[in-house]
Amino acid sequence: MSGRFIEVEDLGKQYEAAAPGTPPALQSVSLAIEAGEFVAVMGPSGSGKSTFMNLVGLLDTPTGGTYRLNGQNVAGLTTDELAHVRNRVFGFVFQGFNLLKRITASENVALPMVYAGTPGAERRRRAGDLLAKVGLAPYADAMPNRLSGGQQQRVAIARSLANHPQLILADEPTGNLDTQTSAEIMALFTTLNRETGVTILLVTHEHDIAQYANRLIRFKDGLVVHDGAVVHEGAA
Amino acid sequence: MNLLAVLREAARSLNANKMRTFLTMLGMVIGVAAVVLMLAVGTGAQNQVNRAVSSMGSNLLVILSGSTSAGTLRFGSGNAPTLTTGDAEAIASLPNVQAVAPTFPGGAQVAYGINNWGTQVLGVTPEYTSVRDWPVESGDAISETDIRSSTRVALLGATVVEKLFDTEDPVGKTIRIRGQPFQVLGVLRKKGQSLDGRDQDDSILVPITTAQNKLFGNRFPGTVRFVFVQAVSQEATAAAENDITLLLRQRHRIQPDAEDDFTVRNLTQVAEAASATARILSLMLGAIGSISLVVGGIGIMNIMLVSVTERTREIGIRMAIGARQRDVLMQFLLEALMICIVGGVIGIAFGVAGALAIGNAMKIEVAFSAWVMLVAFAVSAATGIFFGFWPARRAAGLRPVEALRHE
Ligand SMILES: Nc1ncnc2c1ncn2[C@@H]1O[C@H](COP(=O)(O)OP(=O)(O)O)[C@@H](O)[C@H]1O
Ligand SMILES: [Mg+2]
Repeated sequence: MSGRFIEVEDLGKQYEAAAPGTPPALQSVSLAIEAGEFVAVMGPSGSGKSTFMNLVGLLDTPTGGTYRLNGQNVAGLTTDELAHVRNRVFGFVFQGFNLLKRITASENVALPMVYAGTPGAERRRRAGDLLAKVGLAPYADAMPNRLSGGQQQRVAIARSLANHPQLILADEPTGNLDTQTSAEIMALFTTLNRETGVTILLVTHEHDIAQYANRLIRFKDGLVVHDGAVVHEGAA
Repeated sequence: MNLLAVLREAARSLNANKMRTFLTMLGMVIGVAAVVLMLAVGTGAQNQVNRAVSSMGSNLLVILSGSTSAGTLRFGSGNAPTLTTGDAEAIASLPNVQAVAPTFPGGAQVAYGINNWGTQVLGVTPEYTSVRDWPVESGDAISETDIRSSTRVALLGATVVEKLFDTEDPVGKTIRIRGQPFQVLGVLRKKGQSLDGRDQDDSILVPITTAQNKLFGNRFPGTVRFVFVQAVSQEATAAAENDITLLLRQRHRIQPDAEDDFTVRNLTQVAEAASATARILSLMLGAIGSISLVVGGIGIMNIMLVSVTERTREIGIRMAIGARQRDVLMQFLLEALMICIVGGVIGIAFGVAGALAIGNAMKIEVAFSAWVMLVAFAVSAATGIFFGFWPARRAAGLRPVEALRHE
């Protein structure tokens, strides 16, 4: 494996469903992300943040440009290989949590391991460990709808960590949470980034949230308009 | 992800969505059970009628004493029978007639040893067993000599044998009919139910002269209650019916404007009518079953389609966290299959149990066909698998982001 962890060049996305004449949701984005970075993505609503995240997360396919992951052009990957990357290399945290409603917290956390072929006993053990890590050990057998928003997001984070990912993609993970809970979730991300070296790519609206990251990328109208280190308030 | 893991995931999913699983299965159970039950009852009724019809004897007419315009035959009504043995002999010589069997019936208490039984005794001629297609299974038939000498001999129906004799061979034994000793000549082959549901094996045949002169008194000498007539062929039954009517009106000196004092009934027509009725009944029950199958199918379809949105999101989530297309498809296919197999088996069990219960309660025959079960099962299963699998196929073909966006 050669090259940088993530490298996109001239990445673009024009939605088919978009009204005729509208500019592409993502015009042309070129940037690289190194392993271990904690990157915040900001920008006004509709500026293409989610579009970018979905492309990087291999949940969607670009209409232009190239995307290299660990030096490999992902355009050549089959759907099964894409599934494999999402399963092993990435972990997703969504604004709406996206837990399966009818299975327990622990089963949700274990689900990526089911698709990785991890044996049942090992899955249960690791799901328990991960729930403990996000502070939810007592809620292993709870159904998601019995949990608060913050707790559900913790379950989702635990799930994203299931297969030791290299990158966590979090699109407005605190968008549905109150300030206090948001701070706790961000603290959790920070800890994970520091302790395990997992790369984090996180979209947020709020300045306070972006402060947890090391690097800030700003989007506007489908273009990157700023890319630089986060100036930590009070640390200058 | 191996097949076992997918199977577990499918089972977990069914278990997690108990209501959906239950409702889908219910649709399956209703459809399959209704078809199996209805067709079992319908086919049973048809079999029963067919057997009764074929037990009647072929190309038969029956001539009844008196003008029973619509009613059924009643024994011992007290009216003087209008048919005589002479009438029967005259009918026998008609060209369209193959054979006649004049019959003089009565009820009697019969006994052997300590066993007692009330049954029907039919005074008959030797032709009776061939006309009614009711052969003697063991022992001897009634002979012309028996008729001439009014001997006290009897042929026993299977039910009578069962009621009077335990394990003994009845042939040669002496039983008592109305207190008089009769020697058992032979035993008749089992005949089963008649069209009107009577047990035909619950009867005893004796020489007609014995019945007329010794058993049932001599109030109306030489008369018979009814005469079975076998036409030479199926086509000849109508002509025979005509000939007989003309002959009897002549013999009974009935004025042209007067009513017949006898009734001719064409049993071939009765049999055809009964078979047609049974067929229609069977078809109607089959139709009801099919409607239930469709209703069940619509139920399955609704549940499956209602859950499409939720399931599309579910598929999006599963794909985002690493499920391959085939993992998702296999899971949904297995879910549909499990529901269908379990639902189908329960449906068949309910259908069979229900049909047996109905057969028991209403004392009717039910008949099962593996073919019917298979078709009902296949139709329901196809519905379930199609509507369970087809939305999943669509969703799994989407890019994960599209499936996730599904509201
Ligand atoms: N599936 C889609 N079809 C058509 N247009 C879309 C779709 N998703 C997003 N867009 C459009 O693309 C632009 C960028 O959207 P998005 O990436 O979601 O922005 P952000 O996350 O920064 O708010 C918006 O104008 C949005 O309306
Ligand atoms: Mg967005």
